[in-house]
Parts: sequence; structure tokens; C-alpha cells
Amino acid sequence: MVSLKTKLGDWELDNPIIPASGTFGFGYEFAELYDINMLGTFSFKGTTKEARFGNDTPRIAECTAGMINSVGLQNPGVEAVMEKELPKLAKVFNKKVIANISGFSEEEYVYCAEKIGKSDMVGIVEVNISCPNVHNGGMSFGTSAESAEKITAAVKKVTDKTVYVKLSPNVTNIVEIAKGCEAGGADGLSLINTMMGMRINLKTKKPVIANKMGGFSGPAIFPVAVRMVYQVYEAVKLPIIGMGGVSSAEDVIEMMLAGASAVQVGAENLVNPYACKDIIEALPGAMEKYGINNLYDIIGGAH
Amino acid sequence: MEKTNFVINSNKKIASDVYEMKLSGSVKDFTAPGQFVNIAIEGLYLRRPISVCNIEAKENGQGELTLIYKVVGKGTEKMSAMTEGTVLSLLTALGNGFDTKRCEKSALVVGGGVGVPPMYGVTKKLIEEGKKVTAVLGFNGAGDVFYEEEFKKLGAKTVVTTADGSYGIKGFVTDAIKIMETEGGEAYDFDETFACGPEPMLKALYNATDITGQYSFEERMGCGFGACMGCSCKTKYGNKRICKDGPVLVKEEIIW
Repeated sequence: MVSLKTKLGDWELDNPIIPASGTFGFGYEFAELYDINMLGTFSFKGTTKEARFGNDTPRIAECTAGMINSVGLQNPGVEAVMEKELPKLAKVFNKKVIANISGFSEEEYVYCAEKIGKSDMVGIVEVNISCPNVHNGGMSFGTSAESAEKITAAVKKVTDKTVYVKLSPNVTNIVEIAKGCEAGGADGLSLINTMMGMRINLKTKKPVIANKMGGFSGPAIFPVAVRMVYQVYEAVKLPIIGMGGVSSAEDVIEMMLAGASAVQVGAENLVNPYACKDIIEALPGAMEKYGINNLYDIIGGAH
Repeated sequence: MEKTNFVINSNKKIASDVYEMKLSGSVKDFTAPGQFVNIAIEGLYLRRPISVCNIEAKENGQGELTLIYKVVGKGTEKMSAMTEGTVLSLLTALGNGFDTKRCEKSALVVGGGVGVPPMYGVTKKLIEEGKKVTAVLGFNGAGDVFYEEEFKKLGAKTVVTTADGSYGIKGFVTDAIKIMETEGGEAYDFDETFACGPEPMLKALYNATDITGQYSFEERMGCGFGACMGCSCKTKYGNKRICKDGPVLVKEEIIW
């Protein structure tokens, strides 16, 4: 009998599979399809201080083995999330969740973390300093070690919750940013967010996406994600949630060997709404095939 | 919504760049005409959303779907080359569809180009419910026209317009509607409009009539089932996802 159990700090997860923020809404669409309590946990849609409509459409573009999105943090705002979304979610999900928050200033991150940190349903506050789709929308905080450290420290100060910082791959050296977060007191790291990308429509000769550029995700970015998780694992002592193009049980094993303690699945949920369920069900077979009894034992095994 | 496999029964060209595909599989989740399916196509990452033209329900929730699509890109190009017996993964019964109950007696059904197919299913349901239907189908030219006979066979008074005047009434759907309005009486006695087509057509229709109605919109989608927020729009009733809360919006909520 193989074990899928893993840990993020003190939090023991039944398995490492976590739908990534922005690809799973607040869970209900998926709860109609299968019992989402089988998930390790999930990271809900990025939440900001104020309600946001997000960017103009088109927001989506097809790519080879992936897609670009430029949603722009559409969400009802942190108060509405706490008053409306979380009570609804509590009816279909009985584990703690990851609260993904974004902001346009340090004050906004602090505001969201303080608010959302008061919910008993939240296990981890995931601080997104890497959204590529809004001007000054967090990513500027995620592109220097100093500002990443500052935001991390500010958020840590206002919440007792475990704080993970979600990192951008659109940087010269992700290891420096990761070290900044560690210095700021982060409890863990989530990586990677989407990569900046762009498509141009040959008929109109203009960008496909209204906002011109967007975040590239999907299987095409998996090798970049594995590389970055591997590098960050060597440089910091924090647990890592690995993500970026994960679409199979084999990808999960590879990501964990690189150094991830748990794994988020993003774009794949959009093309296969059963992706997380399928991966969880495929994991025991894949583990047996590669002689793995206990997933927790393989974390960082490639080093 | 259901994720299920369908088998292609036929796939043939019915107008310029326009194909009709019939597929068998589970149709149990469909609740209304105007819903759509999202099709996985080998070699492409995102599924392709296509509106449902017709459903022939058989036993045990099985049935035959008719999809009509225009070749506009890589996905539809690949679809056009698919042959009988090919198995496709579909997400079915997506979106809200049209509410035919909002029509009491007489409906104005308007379709433009590849907006025509879902209007076939709407017309069929309205006629089954004993309502009178006038269908106005707009196309660019004679070579683009399809399904005129099929609408007539359902029992709808069917009017075709072409922008270049090569077939039917010259002009847009709104030109044909203006003629009906001038004629008046029974020719323009509608209590609900049902429409699908390019946004300029929908907007022209919105401005051309005072009749209440339901308009089906199109947008580039990520998932097609409400998860990614890729196809959001603003309405008078708040933000909506075209794929999940739409694609059909009621006239009262549209911001134009």
C-alpha cells in the first residue's frame, strides 16, 4: 500500500494535489462534478481589497501545449469572499483552504491578509507577488528581493496564519527573490506563477489578448517550473509548493523530486475538469511503477 | 455538464466554409436550446466551444447532436477534416441556453451566420410548445446560406437576408424586420425575440425593436464551464461569465 500523504510545515495533506488559484474558482463548479474533499486542499481565486472586474476581453489565447490568460484578478473583493464565497464553499469542502491574496500596495496586502487570516477555513495565506496581468499588480513586489522581503514581513506581522509567497518566473534570478521571502519570515513558497507571453493574430495583425500580454501556462512551461523549484530548494530551507504545467501523476513525482512538498495543478483543470481527480487516482500506479512507497520520502530526491 | 465521449456519425460541408457534424453520445445533461459543447481536439491545448444546433434524444439519455461550425482557425480546420467513427471528448450542456417559456405566443427568431445553428434548436422547441415562429436568417452571400429548408420544415415562417443581395432580401436581418414592421399586423406580432449572431447584428437588433428578448453572445473562452473567468462581461445585473451565466443574456440586462 503506497502513501500519498505529504506535509506543508505542520499541515498534513492526504495527497499533494492542490488546484492552483484562478483555475478552480471557489470550488463549486468542480464540486458539481466530483467530491472535491479528495483534494489535498485547494487555492482559491486571487482576492484583492476591492472588488475587481479585471481586464477587457479577449482574455484568453491558445498556445502550443499551453495558453495565455489575462484575467486581471477579477474577484468580488475580500469582504465579499469572506461573507459570501467561504460560507458557500464550507458546504462542499471540509478541509482548510489556501487563501490567495493580491494587492497594489503594501497596505492592500496587509489589509487582505489581516481580514482573510481571521477565517477558520484558511490554512495558508498565499501571497501573490507575481500576477503578470495588472499594472503594478503585485509583480513589481515580486521582482526584487528587497520588496519581496518587505511585503512578506508586513503580511507576517498581521496574521498568525502560515504565509506562503507565490513567486514570479519573470525575474533574472528567482533564488534571490526566494531568499528575500525567507528573510522576511515566509513559512513557505509557491512557484511558479505564469510566464509573460503574447500571441498575435495573423488575420488582424494585432495582439490576440485585449491587454496585449498575459500569463503563459500549461505543459509547455513545466521544464521551467521544475528547474526553478530545483534551484530554490537548494537555496532556502522553506517548504515549496511546486506548480507550472503539471498535468499528470508523473509530473507530480518529478516536481516533488525537484523539491516540492506539494504540487498545484493549474491550466489542466480548464481543459479537463477532472484533472486533479484523475491525477490523484493515477498516483498510486505511477508510484508503484517507479518503486516509490511514500511520496513524502521523495521530496527533493533529485538533489 | 458532463465530460463524455461522442462518436462522429457524419461531417459534411453545407455552405462556404460551413460544416455540419452529427455525433452520438450522452445528451442527458442538456436542459435548453442554445447550450454549447466544448470539444477537445488532438494537438490543440484548449477545447473549442461550439453551439448545439439540434439534439435528437434516444433511449437512456443517449442521442445525436448536430453541430454546425465555420472554419475560422486551427481548431475548426481540424474538425472539418474529421471522419465518421472518430471519437471526441466533449464537455456537454454548457451555459444557460434560451428560455422558450418567456415567449407566450409568437416569437421572432434571428440568426446571423454561424449564429443560425442554435436558433434551429430554439425554433424546434418553440414550435413543439405550440408557438408561432418567424425566423430571420442573415448571411453574407448566397454561398453562405444554410438550413433555410430545415427551418421551413419545422413550420417556421422563414426569411433569408444576404448582405450582398445575392439571395433573399438584400441587407441585414434588421432590414427584413423593418419590412415586417411596416407591414404590421400579424407580420410583426411578436412577444419575444431570440437571437444569436455577430455582436454588431445583435446590437442593431437591440436598437431596432422594442420587443423583449434573449441574445446569445460569443467570447473567447478558457474552460467553458465557469472556472477561469476568461469570458467575463458586465451586465446591469452584475458581472457574468458568458460560458456559465450566459451565453444567453436577457435584453434588459445588456449594457449598450
